[in-house]
Amino acid sequence: MENLIEQLQPILKQVVGYIYPNEVELHWGILIVVYPYITGLVAGAFILASLERVFEVKEVQPTYRLSMLTALAFLIIAPLPLLAHLSYPERSIEIFLTPQLKSAMAMFGFVYAWYLMIVLMLEIWFDYRKDIVYWARSKKGWRKYMYYLLSLGSLDLSEKAIRFDRKAGKFITIIGIPSAFLLHGYVGFIFGSVKANPWWSSVLMPIVFLFSAIVSGIALMILIYGVTTLFRWKPIDMACMDKLASFLLYAMILDISLETLDFIHRMYESVESIHILGQLISQKLFISLVVIQILLGTLLPLGSLASVKLFRLPDELRRLIYFGAAILVQIGIFSTRWNVVIGGQLFSKSLRGLTHYKMELLGIEGLLISIALLFLPLFVLYIIIKILPPWPEAATTPLSSIAKESSQ
Amino acid sequence: MKKKRELMNRREFLRESTLVGTVLLLFGSPASEDSDSSNDNEPIHQYGMGIQVDKCIGCGQCVDACKRENDVPREPFFFRTWVERYIILIDGTAQVDSPNGGSEGFPEMVAENEIMRTFFVPKLCNQCANPPCVQVCPVGATFITKDGVILIDKDYCLGCRYCIQACPYGARFLNPVTSTAEKCTFCYHRLSRGLKPACVEVCPTEARIFGEIGLRSSLLARFMRFNKVQVLKPHLNTEPKIYYANLDGEVR
Repeated sequence: MENLIEQLQPILKQVVGYIYPNEVELHWGILIVVYPYITGLVAGAFILASLERVFEVKEVQPTYRLSMLTALAFLIIAPLPLLAHLSYPERSIEIFLTPQLKSAMAMFGFVYAWYLMIVLMLEIWFDYRKDIVYWARSKKGWRKYMYYLLSLGSLDLSEKAIRFDRKAGKFITIIGIPSAFLLHGYVGFIFGSVKANPWWSSVLMPIVFLFSAIVSGIALMILIYGVTTLFRWKPIDMACMDKLASFLLYAMILDISLETLDFIHRMYESVESIHILGQLISQKLFISLVVIQILLGTLLPLGSLASVKLFRLPDELRRLIYFGAAILVQIGIFSTRWNVVIGGQLFSKSLRGLTHYKMELLGIEGLLISIALLFLPLFVLYIIIKILPPWPEAATTPLSSIAKESSQ
Repeated sequence: MKKKRELMNRREFLRESTLVGTVLLLFGSPASEDSDSSNDNEPIHQYGMGIQVDKCIGCGQCVDACKRENDVPREPFFFRTWVERYIILIDGTAQVDSPNGGSEGFPEMVAENEIMRTFFVPKLCNQCANPPCVQVCPVGATFITKDGVILIDKDYCLGCRYCIQACPYGARFLNPVTSTAEKCTFCYHRLSRGLKPACVEVCPTEARIFGEIGLRSSLLARFMRFNKVQVLKPHLNTEPKIYYANLDGEVR
């Protein structure tokens, strides 16, 4: 408690105007910024994977499996910032046991479980089953048993079984797309449905969250695909990169259009909160919103991606532009989450004043833990890739030989 | 033959008793109906509070009494109730403050000749009939009682703070000792003993009037009859049960 008081005392001096006395403490810190950022990456990576599967965009095929595994790695970590933020994480089980069904937050457990267990895990399993069976037969030692376990005893590799795998995978992807929309749209709803907060309360919030999720997911896959290919000393498939960059550009145009619509709508309606929100942007969010989110995170990458479309540029330069744009987009989308979560708490609900957020460095709500949580999914991804390599050369030998083997 | 008849009787008995048992299971036992009806006979309270803005002198005794009564930490960041001072200047701009929740009074801020009007407004949980805090709690740790008071079960609260975000009135905080959400309960422990909330008890000018809504003999009903009342942020449809008389349009 003494720690908290020590932190709050200097903030009291930085308050501008009038805030309700209980508003000095900012309740959702950087951990709650990390949470929608990570779930956004999950939804975005999954939707990218679905493009290949459902809409049969052949160019992005090299990223299909990698995207699915990335989505899984980030999804496994997604609840951690939430749990770390709770005063009593051990009581969180009550959300499953005695959920309050009118609460948007109570639905998190169910949406999460549905997405993780039913959609992602199943889709990955169906996609990998024939490879898992092959590895179970070809590997030695404990790995052999691990793959047997992963196959869940389903060792049939007949053409009929493989055809069923494909069909089931496609069916789950079709269910998966609305599920991914649900997962991240729901995160937007958590904020958008708070009528007490005029910065959050917007029917567009879930949709804006969703499109920014798609943007961040595609940008992440450009980075992960690029880096993993370089580290494996393989040539980068430029047709794939070009397609990913095109998708990124289109998703960004949709995203910025929606956000602009939201902005214009607020300005035009000009309700009583407009004055304090204007002060919020000019005094508290200028760097994170105007400079980082809009200029660096949106307009600069948008311009550079568009320039690739307009001019014929050599492969090397295009790759550099794509990487640069993808990194800027990540920074931009993280700022978007910051501006929503932290920005929404920097003004008083009395609409008369602004408060201040001082991020800790250490401690559970600190910067270091947040950075660790942001990089943890990459570590998880590394392990998953070790178990289920998504590379074309790791896949099974031609199916006919396995089918022959299994029929013997 | 006689033995056969007896056997049939036994069969019939079994059949009938099974039938009765099934009916009882399906439609509930008469005993449980009795106990339900006895609950219905209990008097149902609907508590609310009236605040005479013109009577508040900003002495802050209510804030102090609340902190003592409910063990609220003394630091200036945690309040179940607080008093705001509004100073409307000659040019029409409003200055608002609540130093330490108003518990130690208010220092002079503006020269008297610059002031158009000034007044104090006590604030507390609005005990909404349509409470957003109850709606968002993921586990139902914050709930509305039969008598319309919103309470928090601190042994069930996760400390997710969604309710604090959802409250439009800034009435909730996270108690740094229990690490759970907290707010005004109308001193529920006092109500159950037939006492008034501490803030009402100590107010020297009777600016706070506590009572039952709809009960003609209550002080609150009298207050509602003789005053034009207003609630805070009515456009949010939270249906507050704190009614302000002579509330200025500047108050949010």
